[in-house]
Amino acid sequence: MTIEALTHPHVPVRKSAITRPATPPGAARVSLEVARRALRKYFRTPGLFVMGVVQSVLFLFTFRYVFGGAIQGGSAQYVAFFVPGYVATIVLFTGGGIAVAVAEDRASGFTGRLLSLPVPRSAIVAGRALADVTTNAWSILATAAFGFAFGFRLSGSVTDGLAAFGLCLVYGVVFTMVFMVIGLISPNSQAAQGMSMIAFVFAFISSTYVPAASMPGWLQPFAKYQPITPMVDAVRSLLTGSHSDVGLALAWSALLLVVFTPVAVLRYRRG
Amino acid sequence: MGNQDTPLLEARDVTVRFGKVTALDGLDLTAPPGEVLAILGPNGAGKTTFVRTVATLQRPTSGELRVRGHDVVRDAMAVRRDIGLAGQFAAVEPTMTGRENLEMTARLFGHGRRAARQAADAVIDQLGLGEVADRRSGAYSGGQRRRLDLGASLVGAPRLLLLDEPTTGLDPTGRREVWDAVRGLAANGTDILLTTHYLDEADELADHVVVIDHGRAVASGTISDLKASVGRDVIEVAVADPARLDAAAGVLERVTSAPPRLDRGSRRATAPAAGGPGELGAVIRSLDDAGVSVDEIGLRRPTLDEVFLALTGGDAGLPDTTARATNGSTR
Repeated sequence: MTIEALTHPHVPVRKSAITRPATPPGAARVSLEVARRALRKYFRTPGLFVMGVVQSVLFLFTFRYVFGGAIQGGSAQYVAFFVPGYVATIVLFTGGGIAVAVAEDRASGFTGRLLSLPVPRSAIVAGRALADVTTNAWSILATAAFGFAFGFRLSGSVTDGLAAFGLCLVYGVVFTMVFMVIGLISPNSQAAQGMSMIAFVFAFISSTYVPAASMPGWLQPFAKYQPITPMVDAVRSLLTGSHSDVGLALAWSALLLVVFTPVAVLRYRRG
Repeated sequence: MGNQDTPLLEARDVTVRFGKVTALDGLDLTAPPGEVLAILGPNGAGKTTFVRTVATLQRPTSGELRVRGHDVVRDAMAVRRDIGLAGQFAAVEPTMTGRENLEMTARLFGHGRRAARQAADAVIDQLGLGEVADRRSGAYSGGQRRRLDLGASLVGAPRLLLLDEPTTGLDPTGRREVWDAVRGLAANGTDILLTTHYLDEADELADHVVVIDHGRAVASGTISDLKASVGRDVIEVAVADPARLDAAAGVLERVTSAPPRLDRGSRRATAPAAGGPGELGAVIRSLDDAGVSVDEIGLRRPTLDEVFLALTGGDAGLPDTTARATNGSTR
């Protein structure tokens, strides 16, 4: 079947250039197209890619120069403690954007269109993760650059520094899945935004900003045993030249990934 | 790949429930290929759920639905290869240009880079989007965005095009643009399933109409079949003095023994003429006796509005004021 002159039946008929694809698209092509579209949206919307960094910088600035002086040890020492923690958990702050984007795609009909096409559902999830790893890398690098500007210095090797960066990217993938699920189960984007706030509980009641041991006794078990604490500690240890907690952090990452990825794929499969 | 005899759509007792809400309630429907089929129904009748089920986005709770012979559950990928979906929400990415949107969708249909570019060019040409193709679609007018969305459903040369309320929310110019595009597609042999709550839209575009209400098909046939099935002609009276409209309605009710419908804005009362043309004479005499002066009176075929209201019980929450406001010409 061909589709020819659409404007009116009496318009002279042209040979159509539209053919039916011989085969449905492969998973790689689908992932790339899904990722490319998400990245175009991100980098063409200044509110997303600039404001994300501005927000991070304001946060860094506030903790370094406003709160830092009042925290035990003084702001110069505090910068070495909290910059690694903040960079490692940056995805918890930017992840709300992932949940909102996923919820918006559902509301706008974009997801419906995508699911009506002969594309593998897992490739949609993979494409989204690919895009978010890229935007995360951008947030991490931009924030780390400001961290250095505000006085943070590597005390381990460059290799360890790169390993820390890699670990942060892994966390990015892990929490992309978590926020994707939040976006998929939310009835709308406002709800997705609201539910994403749960991440703040995990970010703040952890060793990100202050050592867990400094918290009241009843709060310590949560702070110590929730996944963010070992994840942050692993990045911090790499940046200071030791390698503690890396195994535990990777184990938590694997567990979260194994739990949330199938949920995301199944939600897409159900439409 | 169905052959010539395979129905385009075959729904057998299709039920879709969301918790306690039943969106489709044992829908039966068979549509032959080579037609534009309109699913007509009030808001909440189940139209969108039906399109989503055909598009494999919603599994039926029970029953069976085949698209060109392919089961929507067991053979979903085959169905997806045959269909193109364009919706009431234009699903285009506003930060991407029209061309980028089309090329992306073409690649997601399975086209390689070259074929995707060709398909995008062809659709841009065919839908008259040449001038705006390289602008971001976020800056398009409503009609342009809807045509782009329609175009995106065409880049894979689907065998069945699904249009869910393709003109909802468009101004009259936008509606005309979309209608022209749909007519052109149909003329070139694309099978089309569209849903609408605009009766004039079904009248303009469809060969075959299925009226659904409360998740069930309540009538099916060509537009003239439907008008004939409700059958009776209608007596319509326009009174000179709006204050006398109720008196005129009283006369109509007495003569036809049917409750008349009133339209105060146009000072009109209508009622089905069960007794045929003879009743018109009786109405004229009785109005004269009652001293009601009349601007206009006559017997006519029922409009699709009336057919629709008769079929759906008349309490359907039909947005007919909107339909009138945006298209006075069909009245």
